[in-house]
This record gives sequence, structure tokens and C-alpha cells, in this order.
Amino acid sequence: MKNSVNRELPDDLMNKLNYKPFESTEIGNPDIQRVAPSVHVTTGNDKVVDSIEDVVKKTVKDGMTISFHHHFRNGDFVFNKVMRVIIDAGIKNLTLAPSSLTGVMNDMVIEAIKAGTITNITSSGMRGSLGDFVSHGGLKNPVIFRSHGNRARAIEHGDIKIDVAFLGVPNADKLGNANGMEGDAVFGSLGYALMDAQYANKVILLTDNIVPYPNTPASIKQTQVDYVVKVDKVGDPDKIGSGATRFTKDPKELKIAETVNKVITNSPYFKDGFSFQTGSGGAALAVTRYLRQSMIDNNIKASFALGGITKPTTDLLEEGLVNKVMDVQDFDKGAAASMHNNKNQQEIDASWYADPDNKGAMVDQLDVVILSALEIDTKFNVNVMSGSDGVIRGAVGGHQDAATAKLTIISAPLVRGRIATVVPDVTTVVTPGESVDVLVTEYGIAINPARKDLIQALSHIPGVPVYTIEQLQQMAEKRVGKPEPLQFTDRTVAMVEYRDGSIIDTIKEVKD
Amino acid sequence: MSDETPERLRRTMMFVPGNNPAMVKDAGIYGADSIMFDLEDAVSMTEKDAARDLVYEALQTQDYGDAELVVRVNGIDTPYYANDVKAMVKAGIDVIRLPKVESAQMIKDLVKDVAAAEKEFGIKEGSTHVMAAIESAKGVLNSPEIAAASDRMIGIALSAEDYTTDMKTHRYPDGAELEFARNMVLHSARAAGIAAFDTVFTNMDDTEGFYRETKHIHQLGFDGKSLVNPRQIAMVNKVYEPTQKEVENAKNVINAIQEAKMKVSGVISMNGQMVDRPVVLRAQRVMMLAKASNLVDEEENYIEK
Repeated sequence: MKNSVNRELPDDLMNKLNYKPFESTEIGNPDIQRVAPSVHVTTGNDKVVDSIEDVVKKTVKDGMTISFHHHFRNGDFVFNKVMRVIIDAGIKNLTLAPSSLTGVMNDMVIEAIKAGTITNITSSGMRGSLGDFVSHGGLKNPVIFRSHGNRARAIEHGDIKIDVAFLGVPNADKLGNANGMEGDAVFGSLGYALMDAQYANKVILLTDNIVPYPNTPASIKQTQVDYVVKVDKVGDPDKIGSGATRFTKDPKELKIAETVNKVITNSPYFKDGFSFQTGSGGAALAVTRYLRQSMIDNNIKASFALGGITKPTTDLLEEGLVNKVMDVQDFDKGAAASMHNNKNQQEIDASWYADPDNKGAMVDQLDVVILSALEIDTKFNVNVMSGSDGVIRGAVGGHQDAATAKLTIISAPLVRGRIATVVPDVTTVVTPGESVDVLVTEYGIAINPARKDLIQALSHIPGVPVYTIEQLQQMAEKRVGKPEPLQFTDRTVAMVEYRDGSIIDTIKEVKD
Repeated sequence: MSDETPERLRRTMMFVPGNNPAMVKDAGIYGADSIMFDLEDAVSMTEKDAARDLVYEALQTQDYGDAELVVRVNGIDTPYYANDVKAMVKAGIDVIRLPKVESAQMIKDLVKDVAAAEKEFGIKEGSTHVMAAIESAKGVLNSPEIAAASDRMIGIALSAEDYTTDMKTHRYPDGAELEFARNMVLHSARAAGIAAFDTVFTNMDDTEGFYRETKHIHQLGFDGKSLVNPRQIAMVNKVYEPTQKEVENAKNVINAIQEAKMKVSGVISMNGQMVDRPVVLRAQRVMMLAKASNLVDEEENYIEK
């Protein structure tokens, strides 16, 4: 069967896994039923244990679904400590359902797959050796990729039914009240982990810092937690986030950022009380700097900034240019520290952030978002998941979720080295072109023809040439030529869900 | 008067190392008036041939829009010079920049080689222009003859690093050590009717110093400046940007010319006063700068900010 972005989907898997093909970005107003976790009743006086082995033995059984968060990013010690114990215990057929997988987890995941410990994975993304392993058919069952908002939706629906959540925290008291802001390995917002804490049947906190009871502010609450495990260290502070944020000096990134800012400031959304989301890349940080100056020059303040937060954004909060920061994760130490110090920086969970099956999510209120792309095609479909070699090397992240903003800007160079970014068809559709409005490259911009209002608003910006997306694709092809088509086998190694749980694309095993 | 070919804007001449594929590929995106691919100092001896090939291929395949394309070849006394000139003429480069020029004869020799290459590769005779970089005391003192050495000459540039070494000094923030050379080069260019380019400013962290120097050479009358980083382009353009009053005045002069044309009257007058040639030339230049700086709309009216 084919879906509405013209992707051929394997009938057998679609039927077996009871999936619908992607149709539209419209969610509508269905009535849905959320699930609730089971609760083992206790007064809470015996939660603290000092052995991961004991707690694994008590909670994890063959065939269960286990979860982790990725807020420690590449400074994570928790995942490998716990998985070591689980593999050594000989437990089999687990579904791994973390909020995402970072590079430090790769080797352990591969070992667990080879040992038969992990047989299913759902994640936001994967990179490096693990992406390579899966793309070469290393895991029998297809990986399910979900956006951050969709993971929240899937957990609330019971599509992801977490039996045991292992959540690392930089502090907790003996009953499990915890936050991400104090201790050695701080990361700020616990946004993604809050879903696991609320919906998993068993919630196990791991911390290197047990603090006096009651611990406040409590992001994760004692009412949710079954065990608190004391470990040596939960993470490496230097690898959790970047240190001082350095603005890019790359003139091409600066040029793109400056153009993105011109698109924003010439759009109808740039007015007092607007809202925005930027990513963490060099160009995104530079956009924040240009945007700051434009906000000062035009006496415009934002009502809120959303999503993954960086220090340049919390600086705007300090300066009074942004009223609130709605924070699902922090990308650097400055942003994490700011959450601790500034009451206007609100920790939000992934559901509040971006879950489509909701009584209103933050992304539904978002005016402007700047997103990146590995590839974008002439239908404005975006790939942030598979590389130019067809191998998995990315993450959906909040891409599909934030792209529902009123003005979705994709910022990407026309070509990277000898690889075209603007292509006739993306390798993997992650975000449908229906929700993408403007592409900004170093050569000029392309506006989605469906947005006649934006074509009118953005066609006469001095120094910003407007092309059709087909013209940009041709310009890219003229510069780097036409690549040989990638070779895949018929075997599906991953399925990419849209945020509503339908299938937007699949990823096939690469043929070497 | 208005049918004279308007001069070309040469505010910014951006250096691009000829051995860096990424920078060669992206050179067109920054809006430099002139792009100067460097085969000389930026390229080590082991990479001379590779850089020449790279720039040659780029000139065949990449689109640099309206930018004037310049190449700095290796010095006339090096073994790379002859192949550099041949390859670049064959590639159809707009301008060949010769480094370390000390005499008019060096330009005459270059022009002879360029003409021979044009003939060899079937390039239109006279279509390849040349320019001289002045990098020594001797070059400065001979600059009037150098600037006038050939009708292929489009410009003359001061290169301060070698020059200050030759003068037994170095660069200072106030630029006093360059004052004589700057004025010599500028006067030579103006007397010969060609463009004058100021030297590079290499400290990217000293924005204030860069503006100070650029304002100074703008005041002296230089066409523009050689640049080492694309980020400097917007800063130079800012300095060369005309004011609203200058643009509105220029627009009135241009309107007066058009009115005079309609009336088939030889005399152009504005507010009852005759408009003479320098005023017209300056007005045309201001309008050209205003357009390049995105200060006017499609009908050449100043865009209120």
C-alpha cells in the first residue's frame, strides 16, 4: 500500500503490526482513552536499595518493555550500568523503549541485541555504530521511530506499555522525589522522563546523590517511584551538554542564519507576543542572536520560547525579550542552570510539549519554528533520519511536532560537500511537506506554493532571492551532479511513525 | 552623458584560497563585488598544480552570478606563472592580478603573455583584463606608470604586509605608515582612470579597527578593499552605503537628466541651476551604491525604514 506522501509500505508488516498509512497532518478531534499504570502499594519506607542486580531481579522479566531517558546525552552512565546487569542476568526478548539513544549506548545495545536480550526497539533516533548495525539487518524486528510528542501519545495510548523505567537523576530523596537541577550531573529539565515516571508500572530511580526528605522542587514524585538505587555516578557532567555556547564563525552558517531572521521578521507572525522554537545547531544559535537584535530594534517581545533550550534563549529570558521559556530539555549548562534560577523557565513534559492527542499541546500554540534537514525534496518533505548512504543516522526528535507551527522554516545548506541537500525525493520522509513552509539556503529561499500568503509577504525582501524548490534542486544538481540511486534489499529494518501513530515511511536494509 | 557605461562597483574583493574546494564552491554566496581566487601565497608549493586545476574547473562549472572574477597568479619570476596565466585565460577569467609589481614593464610582459594565451585558446582578444598589486617601495614610486601600463588594466591594489616590511616598519592601528603609499596608489589609479583597492585587514576580532580603517579609505576615495573573510563584506558595504539625503539628491539629478532628454534640451538643470558632469557622475554612482545596498525599491525610490 501507498500513503499520501507516495511511499510504498510493506502490506505484511502494516497488517501484522496493525498500522494505518499516513494520510494528513490534521489530527482532528477524536475522543481517545488514556491508560494508567499498575501500582504496588507501599508506605515507601523501603525504597532505597544499593544494588542494581537486586532491583533488576525483582522487576525485569523476559518479554517486558523497559525504558530510559536520554537527558544525560553522551555523559550517560545509567544505561550501560543497567543493561550490563540485565544482559548478565540472561533476560531475553525485551523491548527497549528509551526517549532516544545516544552514542555512548551504542555498543551496549548491539551487545544486547546479539545476546537476544533486546529483540525490539522504539526510539526517537539512533546514530553511529548502532544505526549502521540496524541498517545492515542486525535486528530482526523493525525499529519503530517516534517523535518526542508521538512517544508521549504512544505511552498514553498504551502502544508503548512500559513495564520498568530506569531513570537516572542527579538527586533524589529516599522516597523518590527528584529533579534534574541539583547535584553533579545536572541536565535541567526532565521533560521526556516525566512520561515514563507517570506511566511505567515500575519506576526505578538511579542517583549518586541521596538528599534529605522531602526533596523539592520535585519533578518526579514519590507517588510514582518504586525504588531508589544509589550508584557511584550517574553521568559525566562534561559530556551531558556543551559548556559555554560559542557562536558559529562559519560565514555560510551566518549567512543562512541572517536570512532565516529576515524571513521571520518579514513574516506576519513577527509581532509583539509571538512565540518561537529553535534547535541547537550552529545556525540555530546564530538565528537567536540576529532575532534578538531585531526584537530590540522593533520593540517586540516574545510570549514564549519552546522546546530544547540553549543559553542564548535563556539570555533572552534574562533580558526580558522572552516572557517564558517552556523547557522540555536543556542542551547546555547555561540553560540547565537558568531553569534552576529563573521561575519563568517552566519544565514541561513531552505530552505538554508536543503530544498531538491532547487537550492542547504547546506546539499547537507555536508561531515560528526553525528546523534542520539532512535532505528536503521538491515536495518539501524532510528527512532527518537516514544519511546519503541510506544508513540510519539521525532522530525524529521534535521535528514532526514542531513543524506544525504556523511558520515552519527549514534551514539547510543547498549542498554539503558533494552531497545535495535539496533533492527530487528524500531517502526517508520524516516530516511531510504539508507542514513545511519555507526553505532557507545560502543561495536563497523557497516558499511552499500552498502558502500564498507567505509568497506575498516574503517575495520582496532586499537581498533574499526567492526560487521555486525545483529551481533550488536543479541548482544543487548542477553543482554536485546526480548520484547513483541507493541500493536496498526488500527487508524493512525500521518504520517511521508520523506523530499520530500512522506510518509515514519505512527504512530498508542497505545493500553493500 | 547618461549614455556613458556606468563604472563597476568594486567595494569588496574577497580572497579565496585556490586550494580549498569548499571555499571555492561557496565563494559566490556572499555578495562580493569581486572574487579573487588565490594561487599565490595561500597555496603551498606542493599544491600549486592542484589549486590551478581546482580553480580552472570551478570557473567552468560554478555559478558566481554577477561577481567580477579575479585570480591572483604566482609571481612572474616563479615556475608556476606561465601555466597559471594560460589556464586562467583559457578558463575565461575576468581579471588576472599580478603580485609584487614594481615596474610598468612587468605589466607589459603579463599583457603579452595574456594576449598570446587568448590567441592560443581562441578567447576574444582583449577580453582578459589585468591588475597590479603594489607590495614594495619601488612599486609605490612607480605606480603612476604601472597604472597606465596597459589599456587592459582595471585596477591597482596596495598590499600592506610586504610593503611595510620593505619600509622597515609594520602595521599600526592608525595606519600612518601607509598614508603615502595609499595616496600614491590612489592617485595613480585615478590618473589612469582605473580602480584602487586598499589592503586587507586580517584581525577578525577587531571589528572597531576594521570599521575605522574602512571609513578612512572610503574618505580618501578608494573603490574598495581586499578582504580575507566573507564576514567583512557586509561591514565594507555598510561604510560605502549612501545616506538617505544622498540618495534623494541623486534621484533628483537622475530625474533632471531624464527631463532634459524628454525636452531634447542639451542643458540639464535642477532647481534652476545647471547640473554639470561631476554632479551627474556622482549621482549615478550614488544610485548604483543605493541599489547594491538594497536602499531603493524597483522604481529607485528610497525605502523608508
